[in-house]
Amino acid sequence: LDNSHHRQLVEYFQTQMRKDPDVASAVAAIRTLLEFLKRDKAETLFGLRKNLTQAIDRLAEVDSSVAVSSGGELFLRFISLTSLEHSDLSQCKKVMVERGELFLKKMSLSRSKVAKLCHTFIKDGAKILTHSSSRVVLRVLQSAAADKKRFTVYVTESQPDSAGRNMAEALSKLNVPVTVILDAAVGYILEKVDLVIVGAEGVVESGGIINKIGTYQLALCSKAHNKPFYVVAESFKFVRLYPLNQQDVPDRFKYKADTLKTAKNLAKEHPMIDYTPPSLITLLFTDLGVLTPSAVSDELIKLYL
Amino acid sequence: MNIKTGKQSNMLGSTRYTAFRPAKAELDRISLPAAILNSGHGTSFQSGSNAGCGTEEPCAVWVVAKGRSFIQLPVRASAGESLAFFAFSNMAAAAEAKELNDNSGAQDETDSKKNEILRARNDGMELSKEEKQRLRKEKKQQKKNKKDDKGQPDNGMGKKDKKPLTAPSAQVTTQVQQPVVTQKALSASPVSEAPAPVDRPAKSKAELRAERRARQEADRASKQAKKGESAAQPSVGKTKAPPNELQPVVKRLPEHIQADDPEVVKKLAKKLEKQQIPVRLDYGYKVSLFSHLHQYSRKAPLTQQMSIPSTVIHPSIVRLGLQYSQGIVAGSNARSIALLHAFKQVIRDYSTPPNEELSRDLVNKLKPYISFLNQCRPLSASMGNAIKFIKKEISNIPSQCKEEEAKSRLQASIDNYIEVKINLAAEAITKFAIEKISNDDVILVYGCSSLVNHILCDAFKKERKFRVVVVDSRPRLEGREALRRLVKMGIHCTYVLISAVSYILPEVSKVFLGAHALLANGYVMSRVGTSQIALVAKAYNVPVLVCCETYKFCERVQTDSFVSNELDDPDELTVTRNGRTQLKHWQSFHMLGLLNLVYDVTPPDFVDLVITELGMIPCTSVPVVLRVKNVDQ
Repeated sequence: LDNSHHRQLVEYFQTQMRKDPDVASAVAAIRTLLEFLKRDKAETLFGLRKNLTQAIDRLAEVDSSVAVSSGGELFLRFISLTSLEHSDLSQCKKVMVERGELFLKKMSLSRSKVAKLCHTFIKDGAKILTHSSSRVVLRVLQSAAADKKRFTVYVTESQPDSAGRNMAEALSKLNVPVTVILDAAVGYILEKVDLVIVGAEGVVESGGIINKIGTYQLALCSKAHNKPFYVVAESFKFVRLYPLNQQDVPDRFKYKADTLKTAKNLAKEHPMIDYTPPSLITLLFTDLGVLTPSAVSDELIKLYL
Repeated sequence: MNIKTGKQSNMLGSTRYTAFRPAKAELDRISLPAAILNSGHGTSFQSGSNAGCGTEEPCAVWVVAKGRSFIQLPVRASAGESLAFFAFSNMAAAAEAKELNDNSGAQDETDSKKNEILRARNDGMELSKEEKQRLRKEKKQQKKNKKDDKGQPDNGMGKKDKKPLTAPSAQVTTQVQQPVVTQKALSASPVSEAPAPVDRPAKSKAELRAERRARQEADRASKQAKKGESAAQPSVGKTKAPPNELQPVVKRLPEHIQADDPEVVKKLAKKLEKQQIPVRLDYGYKVSLFSHLHQYSRKAPLTQQMSIPSTVIHPSIVRLGLQYSQGIVAGSNARSIALLHAFKQVIRDYSTPPNEELSRDLVNKLKPYISFLNQCRPLSASMGNAIKFIKKEISNIPSQCKEEEAKSRLQASIDNYIEVKINLAAEAITKFAIEKISNDDVILVYGCSSLVNHILCDAFKKERKFRVVVVDSRPRLEGREALRRLVKMGIHCTYVLISAVSYILPEVSKVFLGAHALLANGYVMSRVGTSQIALVAKAYNVPVLVCCETYKFCERVQTDSFVSNELDDPDELTVTRNGRTQLKHWQSFHMLGLLNLVYDVTPPDFVDLVITELGMIPCTSVPVVLRVKNVDQ
């Protein structure tokens, strides 16, 4: 497919992201893909699939987060999961577009579902520790605040991009008492804290998560202190990866998209994400329900097979 | 007593039967043969006086015929009806009984509710085992024939063996045709099939009767021929659920090995005796924790106790058994493939005896072979699954299929199984596993797993740069074979014994292990020493990957290595490197036990990843795969 199509695609994606900064990048990607599907001019189903896969790759180049690639793959599977037995391609496309809209609607609702499940785990007077900036965690804390619960939040600063400060700002707007701490102060603060809630960029097959760098440390410390470590993630973040350790995570996820393109020696670059193994996670809150890490594999089998 | 001998005696040739219909008054005076009473059946006959059948209670009828076949019929007789029973050794001739009943009608003087017991012969009530089996076979055949005749307007000839007789005449036919040897018939099962209308056209009955008679004749003839043949099969008498029924499949768990329980041992000995397979005796002192397992000596293979060539066991199976017990064929994939090939040979040489169904007879033929192989060396989980598959395939053969076609179909499906479940699965697993091998990896392997060797050789061919540490252990020293294969490919290898594993592990980046079986709770059963390696690897934070095909997944659940394991020949431990055997006379020290375990069980917490042909799954997801597999089947 030629470059003009791709450029249009990317522009659309970026407009989506700009229009609604609160939306997950994966949802924006899915919206883009749906639009692409509607405009696509392939003659055969196979060609259609090929174009869509190329589009997903193209989007991944723009935004290298795990969620975009997992959301894209799930979208593809969801729309082609039905038996497309119509002889006419346009009929098939119509069905696919319908399913795509359905998928998108489900995805948009997923965040509120997660928040509904999770906020009951926040007791009155709780002290919560979270890492970097996650819109899902924000949503969860919003619901808890709306439920008239009183809690305080500690947020790690999360270098190199200081994303934690944005999170703190958003929380203070909710009138939640919030403190920003250094990444290095996690071990120091953990004895004061009751529970740890983090978001995830991707949930892998083993039940572990891929998230902003520093999450693994946080998980290790909370395990050492016996504090529950909760992860909140929507189901479109489930990805078919199975890392065994930190270096097993593919490079295309570890670094930002522009770094991947411009850097000469990746070994000198600082990775943006790390992998937390399932043994350190207590529970995962998803729109499919509250899962233990070993149940994630079951759900993945259901989703993908 | 009215003894009435029917004219049927001529039609059925040598069948001898007597029938009697006692008068009402005489019923009370029927002195039942003591043996019947003693056998505990026919409770309603305990005393002629109480005659419980004045009411509508079901009571048991024991019809004993020539040939000592017991037919138990739960009968509900209402007053005023007479029941005439004719005991035949051929069940089909019971249609005669029905006819006679009809003829006799209600005008009989007896309002006897009880049913008569007919004894054609007074040879005692004990059924020989052969008789029982013959009976079961007849019953099965009846059922089978019934299924065929189902389309015709049938007179309630249902598959149910146990039904209370509401319409005695009709049901008598049914009942007597389906002899039930157990006492369960006493339960008044609801009449699911409506009692046959008595106004059935006599013509169809006669037709069916004639059919049945013909079948029975042929049956008897073949049975006479078979009498001299090999042992009767120990058919368990369970009704086989038709494979396409969607009932919940009851899983039969493997028999618990209980070599120290005399009851179980006796039962096993009896079963083997029936199959004409010699019992292999245990050898040497067994460590008390494992005394429930069998321990055999390599120097005393089972074949020494049999005549060669054996009349009972197919020669390729004898050879296979010998190869297993001497350790010539070892390794779970190798054993399964050898087993399947041997069964292919058996099927090739098989010919259906007359009047037998291939689908049932072949399965019964295989049972003694399986017992024999089990005696030579306990079956592995993969072999168990392969056997289950073969049995299922055989029983799925439709009855109309010609023998040649059936045999070629079976052979094709066995080939397909080997190809798909073993060879192609290995390819798929290799594809996944190679993703996990990166350059500059140091991979640790234990023992000789065909799958792991295949993966490493393939990865090497695909230009991955890695080196291998081969860990080995006594007494089998299988690692040497793995070492030989890897070095031949040109892979850089290190060889250590298992005692040095904690020394070598800091250098290692990944551990690849093979598996003998994966249990339903996520535990990995593999060569003894595997769990030790997994434990040390966990302590050093080295990822442990287990590679296993899905046909080795098994429904069993085990949390320790004691409950179910295999004990190898203890004499193997006495041999040392320089040939000195200080333990040569270990048997004379009665407090000394040598333990040569073969398998151990690794908990899922030590395993990071299981690679199957379905993908990479965490160890805890094994039950999900089993569930998905069962749904597929």
